[in-house]
This record gives sequence, C-alpha cells and structure tokens, in this order.
Amino acid sequence: MTNSLQARRLPDEADEAQGSTPAAIEDETFAGPAPDEGADIGIVDPQAAMQPLVSPAASLLRFITCGSVDDGKSTLIGRLLFETNSVFDDQMEALKRDSKKFGTTGEDLDFALLVDGLSAEREQGITIDVAYRYFSTASRAFIIADTPGHEQYTRNMATGASQAELAIILVDARKGILPQTRRHSFITSLVGIKSVIVAVNKMDLVDYSQERFEEIRRGYEALLPALGFSDVTFVPVSAKAGDNIVTRSPKTPWYEGETLLQRLESVEPETFDAGAEPFRMPVQWVNRPNLDFRGFSGSIVGGRIAKGDAIVALPSGGRSSVKGVFGPNGEVTRAEAGEAVTITLADEIDISRGDVLTAANAPAGVSRQFSGDLLWMANRPLVTGGRLILKIGSTQIPASLSALDGAIDIHSYEAKPADALSMNEIGRVRLTAERPVVALPYAENRELGAFILIDPVSNETVALGVVREVGEGDTGGSETSADKRTGFARLTGLWLGEAARGDAAHRRAKIRARIAGSVLVGFLALLFQMPLGLVPVLALADFLLRPFLAVAFGADQLPEGRSVDPSVVDDGGGI
Amino acid sequence: MKHMTHLQRLEAESIFIIREAAASAENPVMLYSIGKDSAVMLHLALKAFLPGKPPFPLLHVDTTWKFREMIEFRDRRAKELGLDLIVHTNQEGLRAGVNPFASGSRVHTDVMKTEALKQALDKYRFDMAFGGARRDEEKSRAKERVFSLRTPEHRWDAKNQRPEPWRLFNTRKRKGESFRVFPLSNWTEQDVWDYIAIENIPVVPLYFAAPRPIVKRDGALIMRDDDRMELRPGESIETMMVRFRTLGCYPLTGAVESSAASIEDIIAEMRSSRVSERQGRVIDQDSGASMEEKKQEGYF
Repeated sequence: MTNSLQARRLPDEADEAQGSTPAAIEDETFAGPAPDEGADIGIVDPQAAMQPLVSPAASLLRFITCGSVDDGKSTLIGRLLFETNSVFDDQMEALKRDSKKFGTTGEDLDFALLVDGLSAEREQGITIDVAYRYFSTASRAFIIADTPGHEQYTRNMATGASQAELAIILVDARKGILPQTRRHSFITSLVGIKSVIVAVNKMDLVDYSQERFEEIRRGYEALLPALGFSDVTFVPVSAKAGDNIVTRSPKTPWYEGETLLQRLESVEPETFDAGAEPFRMPVQWVNRPNLDFRGFSGSIVGGRIAKGDAIVALPSGGRSSVKGVFGPNGEVTRAEAGEAVTITLADEIDISRGDVLTAANAPAGVSRQFSGDLLWMANRPLVTGGRLILKIGSTQIPASLSALDGAIDIHSYEAKPADALSMNEIGRVRLTAERPVVALPYAENRELGAFILIDPVSNETVALGVVREVGEGDTGGSETSADKRTGFARLTGLWLGEAARGDAAHRRAKIRARIAGSVLVGFLALLFQMPLGLVPVLALADFLLRPFLAVAFGADQLPEGRSVDPSVVDDGGGI
Repeated sequence: MKHMTHLQRLEAESIFIIREAAASAENPVMLYSIGKDSAVMLHLALKAFLPGKPPFPLLHVDTTWKFREMIEFRDRRAKELGLDLIVHTNQEGLRAGVNPFASGSRVHTDVMKTEALKQALDKYRFDMAFGGARRDEEKSRAKERVFSLRTPEHRWDAKNQRPEPWRLFNTRKRKGESFRVFPLSNWTEQDVWDYIAIENIPVVPLYFAAPRPIVKRDGALIMRDDDRMELRPGESIETMMVRFRTLGCYPLTGAVESSAASIEDIIAEMRSSRVSERQGRVIDQDSGASMEEKKQEGYF
C-alpha cells in the first residue's frame, strides 16, 4: 500500500535544462516529431496513421463486474484502480475524507467510495447506476462497467453487460450463489458474453477455506450447461484485503491459478468475430457536401468492403457497386468490421438513414416479424398488442408485441407461460414492425441482432433485447423473394415439422419415413380389398396429409424448455 | 475488430456517436471550450463528415476571463477550418459586474458559464449540444450517459437516466427537451494526449511548459494574464516554468510547475503524475458532490 501511495515528483532539476525552451511554441512544431523509425504519419493508410508514437496500450478489454448486493463489486474495482496506480493523490485524499464520513469499513479505506459517484449512492452505500471506470497496465487498457447489484437496477446491469467482452461475477464466500447471481449470469449469457471470471470474494471472512471455495465452484459449475459460457475461471479473492487481486495471496497457498489482474491481462475473450461475416453496414448519415459527392456514412458491423464490391441496399433491394471507401483519414482501398466509413456507389439508388448496405451475394434478413428475448425495464407491465418504437441498427420504426411466448424463470432458467412481463423480467417474444426491417439473429451479428423498445409517449427506453429468428424461420433473402415463397415454403415447413429446422439429411429421413408409412397404408388397403385404382390415391393422400394432422393437434411442438440444438442458447431449453 | 488498436476503436466509437447525433438532431451545435478535449472532439467531427464539413456550428461560452492565448487560438482555428463560430457571453452577468475575484468562483461559474450556456442554447434553439466531457474526469461524470437528456429547464436527472445498451441510443425527446452528447465519454486523459500526438492535433500553447508570470494564491499557481487581477498585500509576480493540465478562466485555473515542452514530455509527465487533472480547478473542490449539483443545474 505504502509504495503506491508514495508521492512521485514531477520532473525536477535534471529535466529543467532542456525544459527551458522558449515560451512561444507554434502549432506546427508542438505536434511532436515523428519517431526515430520514421514511421510515416500517412493520411491514407489508417494502420500507419495510427502507429503509436508513445506506445499506448495495445489492446482494450471491456468488462463488467456483477453479482448480488454487497458482494463487493465497487470495492473490487476500487481495489483494482488503487493497485494499478490509477488513483491520484488528490483523489486519495478525498477517499480518506469520504471513508471517515460515509465509509462502511471502519478505520480502513472504503474503496467503493472511489466508484460510487452519485450522492444518493454514497449516502446509501449502494451502487444505483452503472459507472464506467478506466485503468491501464503496460499491456492493456481496461474499461470497466461497475453495475448495480439490486434487482431494482437490473436494467443498468444489462446495459453494462451489452457492451462487455468479459464478466466478473462476484460471489460472497459466506452467502454462496444467490438468486441475483443466477439472474446476472443469465443476462450475461443472454447478451452473448462467453468469457467469465467467477471471483469468490470475502475469502477473509471464511478463513480462506478451500472447502468453501470448492463448494461454490461446484455450485456454479452446475449452472454452466444452461449458460453457454465457453471460458470460466474461478479465483478466490478478498477485494477488501487485496488477496489474489494483483499478487498471489500467501493466505490461499492451495490456489495455483492466476490472480484476477493476471487473468484480465491474459484473457483473449471469445467474442463475436464480425470480420468473418458477409459485409453489413447500417447507414447512419447521407453525406452530401456538394453536388458531386453523395456518400453513405456508417460503421461496418460485419465483413469487409473494397472498391468495386457489389452491394445491395436493404430493405429496398437496390443494387450497385462500391465506387469509393473513405476512412477517418481519407480515401482507402478497403475497410472492415469496426471501422467508421463513408461509401460512395457507382449508381444513383435511393438510400437513406436506417437502410443497410450488405454484400450482394449475402443479403441479410428482411421481415416485419422476428422473435427474440427481451428484458423489460419499465414500471408498467408488458402485454401483447401495445404500440412501441423499435430501434434496431440505425432504424426506428413503430412496432407491436404480437406474442409473449413465455417468461424466463430465474431459478430453473426455463421459459414459463406468462400473460405479461413485469419490470426486470426476461421474456421470449415475437415482434411485428409496421414495415419490413433488416435484422439478423444475435448469434450471427451483434449489431443487427440487438434492439431496444421505446415508449412512444414517454420516450423511455422500456426494453432491450436480442433477435432469435427473423420472419417465419426465414433469415435469408429479401422481402420480395420471401413473399413469393411464403405460401409454398410455409406449407413445406409445416409438412416437415421439426425436420424443417434440421439439415438436409434430417429432411430426407423424414421423407423416407413418410414414404414407408404410405406404402404400409397402401398395403393395408390392399389387404382390406380396396379397389386397386384407389390404393395409390389413398397412399398419396396419407403421404401428403398426415403430417398436417400432427400440426393440427400441436404434436409437432417440442416440449417447453427443450432446445433442438443444445449448443445454441436460443430458447428455454439451454437456459 | 481484433485488427484495431485501442485508439482506433475509441476513434471509431466517437465518430459513430457524432454521426448518430447529427442525424437525429434538428439543430445541433458543438460546444467548443478551446481545451485539449475540445480539440480532439473537433478533430473527430472533421473526420466524421469527410470530405464535407461538420453540419453544425461551434459555440464558445465566453466568460471574458479566458486566457488570451485561448481566444487567439479559438479565432485562428475557426478561420483555418472555415467553421461557423458562435461566441456567447452573458451580458446581464457582465453588466452586473460578476467576476471570479469579487463574486467568487461559485457565482462566477453559475452566472457566466452555466447561465450563459442555457441562454445560448435557448437563443439559438439548439436541441443537441456536443460536449468534450470524459467519464474518467470526475465521479458523477462516470455515471453520465453518452446521450444525456435535459429537461426544458436544462436539468439533469441523474437517477432517471435512460439505459444505453450496445450503442442503441434513444434520441427521442419532447418539445423543449434537449440532449448533451459526449463523444469522448470513454476516453481518458492519457488517450487524449496519445491521440493528439499521433494525429498532430493543434492545441493551445498553454499546455506546454514556458516561463509565465505566476502569483501564488491560496495554494494555487495563478497566471496573471492581464491587469484585472490585482495583487493582494504580500503577493508578488514570479516568473515560473509552468504549464496547464486543463484550461478555463485564468483566475480559476491552477498551473503546475513543469518543464514538459513537447507532447512526449507531457505524456511522460502524466504517466508519473500523482495528481488528477482537475486538481487545478478551483470550482470542483467545494464539496464531494459539487459537480453532480452543478450538472443538475445545467452545467455541462
């Protein structure tokens, strides 16, 4: 503690000699010289232009801390900031003052007060709103979202989680896994986080007991199959005492893994790789500075784009090819997911904000309907039929809740029938928009698969959610082709039943089984001496119509709470 | 996104925010306070609308107590870039003789900054105003949204903010309401300087160490920028090697002793510094929650 508290002096006499440069420094010169390597501060190549002169942290990790009330999230963050020298002396002075005034830790510094910035939070000793904190080590810059533990503020936790690549889930070693631990774990999984650190906190209060740690680990591991995390680490810590946060604690000799900070520095979170997708870019802004230039500005949310590429604009379906790509530093030859660009096209086609430019050979789903999971965040309950504003990508459009298929039970992680969702409940829903929208399943594209719902009267953001399926199980093709196919495709889908969601082999097996069944029916008809001419008709009728009987009686539905594909966290089954 | 560096990701995020705001505002404006954060924000706005110009004017709320070098820099930059610059001063406050010495920092800030800003936003009917504030600056800023809704009276309701999941910003508002938009929300002081260095962004020379006329007052090093600052008994003007970490009204902005005369020096100095940048600001230290209170009243 003392060494990090030591005041370090500003550059002293030794530097003074060179420091006595004249006061008048012109703009041109104070920009600083190029590095010795002579890295060209180019205008065109974005990589070269961003070559660091001063080596800022190479990578960035965004993570959240979550868990139940009083599990010590804010204290943990305060501790991380403190131990990585991210707390300045004047802030330290303020912390000492505040610890005496509001502190909940007796004589010790209350690190939570470094983070809880609203006066209501300091007075009540709880976190209400998500707070963002920043620190960096030599290898990495970190953005932390410190999220509230109270159920009442679940929406703020979900907000923080939606932007994170990793979650630290805190568990109080004395209390073990609480309902809120389960809820936060579920929301973490809902927004697609795959990398999780379970920090078993307050180990000092259970005498650093290995048995207790292992017991909690086993308890949490039992939840994992439902959550779909691919990378889970357990670390025994005491945020208050600093054990296993930055350095290995002598009090847990039985623990051989990385400390929390080591893990944060080493983890390569499994995130959605938008670069591997086909090209997608929601148009944010039409850039028309003069008569000769008409560009479409936005951030690429999938794939890459280069001059000459063929594109289609959705939902209109207009086609063209890329004439030019402009990055933050001027014209470039190509750009990829994550970059903010402006694209010009070879043809004059009608495109405005809210449209999505996609690769011509892989257009995204366009439909008025999609199903999804959402977290309801308003005080009043969500019921079917109500008018809302849907925002997805850069589109805003009136929409309504056409069906509420169930509410997730936070104890069993199963969807149960529900008539309404109350605040902080997660539901499985179907939404219908006024006009076709471009949407993709969240598992395919985080940007075109995430949405919010806005109350058109109060303008509050009342729900956040993720898309599961677009249209009637049809995620490819444009609205026009989907329309043409609707009648026949829907019938085929019904006929195939569950096999429609499977692969080709699954469908062939279904057809073979149906043929065998019909042959059997024909054989029986013969046995009962039906006229020969009618036997094939009967067999054919049986082949075609019998599957619809299953539909009529609902026997094609999967039992609630079971998923077709256990690896996909896409319905009640997995979670 | 794995190919992008930390700063490239921040840059892309800010450009996204600026475009989103410009697209959903009826009458946007960029608050230009002339400091390093404003310099970076303006630079990002220029990039966001290349090859065109940002589709909004700059607004500077001038308390008449800014460093002279800031005003020179402001006018030169606006001219070089060919951007509209609106300068607004609270004339009532001026007539009433409000100033940082006689009125105190609190009243001066309320009248000449907060009130003046509200006047300007009302006068020109701006419904979305960009500000260069960063969440790492101060604890209540850490809780601020990127799109921060203000009532028609410009008040901030900290306890009732809209959630901002992913980057789906809810930009809907009722008549009279407005937004403050913070494209640099996720930048740190370190990021700002790293980016200024990499991108060759011009900043006011006051950030670099130079010999300057300094009066030591109440523990702060105040640069006597003009003769409106009268010396108290026992005070004298010393020439000291100083620079500023933040810029504001000169009587309220403490200098730090430093020899950092280049961006590299500044970055090196910052890495070893043990005090936060806001420490030099006289207005933040009234009480723990003072920034929250000021923001509720309409301060940026």
